[in-house]
Amino acid sequence: MGDIESGDIIKDENLVYSKTKVLTDNVMHYCPGCGHGTAHRLIAEVIEEMDIQSETIGITPVGCAVLMYNYLDIDMQEAAHGRAPAVATAVKRLMPEKFVFTYQGDGDLAAIGTAETIHACNRGENITVFFINNGIYGMTGGQMAPTTLVNMMSSTSPYGRDVQMMGNPLKMTELVAQLPGTFYVTRQAVHTPSNVRKAKKAIRKALENQKLKKGLSLVEIVSNCNSGWKMSPVQANQWMVENMFPFYPLGDIKLDGKLVNQE
Amino acid sequence: MKELKLMKGNEAVAEAAIRAGADAYFGYPITPQSEVLEYLMMEKPHERTGMVVLQAESEVAAINMVYGGAACGRKVITSSSSPGISLKQEGLTYIAGAELPCLVVNVVRGGPGLGTIQPAQSDYFQAVKGGGHGDYHLLVLAPQSVQEMSDFVGLGFDLAFRYRNPVMILTDGAIGQMMEKVWLDEQKPRMTEFPSWATTGKSADRERNIITSLELDSAKQEKFNLKLQAKYRKMEEEEVRYEKIGCEDADYLLVAYGTSARICQKSVQIARSKGIKVGLLRPITLFPFPKKPLFELAGRVRGMLAVEMSAGQMVEDVRLAVNGKVIVEHYGRMGGIIPSPDEIVDALEKLIKKGE
Repeated sequence: MGDIESGDIIKDENLVYSKTKVLTDNVMHYCPGCGHGTAHRLIAEVIEEMDIQSETIGITPVGCAVLMYNYLDIDMQEAAHGRAPAVATAVKRLMPEKFVFTYQGDGDLAAIGTAETIHACNRGENITVFFINNGIYGMTGGQMAPTTLVNMMSSTSPYGRDVQMMGNPLKMTELVAQLPGTFYVTRQAVHTPSNVRKAKKAIRKALENQKLKKGLSLVEIVSNCNSGWKMSPVQANQWMVENMFPFYPLGDIKLDGKLVNQE
Repeated sequence: MKELKLMKGNEAVAEAAIRAGADAYFGYPITPQSEVLEYLMMEKPHERTGMVVLQAESEVAAINMVYGGAACGRKVITSSSSPGISLKQEGLTYIAGAELPCLVVNVVRGGPGLGTIQPAQSDYFQAVKGGGHGDYHLLVLAPQSVQEMSDFVGLGFDLAFRYRNPVMILTDGAIGQMMEKVWLDEQKPRMTEFPSWATTGKSADRERNIITSLELDSAKQEKFNLKLQAKYRKMEEEEVRYEKIGCEDADYLLVAYGTSARICQKSVQIARSKGIKVGLLRPITLFPFPKKPLFELAGRVRGMLAVEMSAGQMVEDVRLAVNGKVIVEHYGRMGGIIPSPDEIVDALEKLIKKGE
């Protein structure tokens, strides 16, 4: 075995996986174990597979993914906190033939940008919204988010989220699914290979829907925040499965403009 | 061909936007400027030129739509009135920080708070000193007539793209609502080619375009701040616009913009009929401010009176411009009250007495 040259193994016909060219070579700033990197990769892979790199404009949020434009090799705009759906609305209206997506966290989409989210959904803007929900403000250091679970601890709910004092976690995805302007609403995760495959299919469907001009597609990805949750990556994923998924169940919520019956 | 029409100032802005080849208008209703959006919706510019017109859910959303459209290299305009313009400040500082061109019309009403729907000039500080957070400036144009409301739309777009900077037309409820005859520019075609920095989709022959106002490296951020400041100094060198009326033999000078300048022209006539040699300097650009002509006139006149529909905001820039060379007083009305030509002459006579 010792005399095998690397060239004997790395031949074009032996290549089973390579990084998509839509991802740049920049080293991601995300914490080890964070779901953002996987979510970025899936979006980049779908853009390559659909061959729409030159036709896609992405809008980044304020939050951990603010620097997403360093990692995707497409034209991107960095929006003010929560305003990405308004920014994307204009981009799509002015260039209806392009593919336009926003990528937003829970604080961005479900707190400060609630109005922009609901109205872009309700107008049925022909865009795709990727919503990363980890139940916490990661970038600012682990504060309570609109999606923080009841009794979940954060730096601004250090004794756990008290509903009497702090209100209830907000299910924005179920909320916007009720609006006539949304065409496809789904909730996915990226913590296992099987979930990654499902999430990628959802991302592809959500982007392909823009060709149908039937309304807005929203893909929520329930993710972890091991730094903010003060857990190891493995613990964080376990905690997510045991605590986040019961409240934020995975699966399609609205398909082809129709609500999916959920138990 | 140019076309003569009788229009409200707000309608003239809307019609001028279509004719200037604007790609989009995003706005939200607020008195006294709702005619801009109403006129555009009535005119169906999507049929005339393909221009996008959208009523947003808020002024906040509207200005961020402007950000998105401007980042695609398009000619985008929004309008609002004082409380709505306050809401747009977040978007404006991002637009300035991302160096995007756009046109914003503020049809000012009295404040603070919900204030009144009557005309005022009390948003001067907000318009010329930045308005939002961070070191930046808008380029600010101050029309005094419906004609200038129309003319400054095309000019505003040109300046916005020349400097990659947001431009504001700072007007008020009087000019927005009053009807005058206006020569409308001929229809310009919309752009078919867009600036190299625009996010129009990364073609294979270029690097990706990124529109952002974020820079986490302090040294790079300061370098960017210096670049912005150099841009503002260039505006001060090249874009100062003003009008002088009766200044050649003037012993005294009125300084006023917009509606106040219009009234002051009558005050100049009244004062001159009383034998007072008074002139008027009307700043047309409020940023950059006509500092040099004011400094020159400060050496020739005995006093200046800044007339504004505010508690005295532009007067501070007049004082900075003359740098103590001559006495500068303020006369103003607030709360939606428009001063009469006679009360301005009274204020001028008081200034003259004070000097004697």
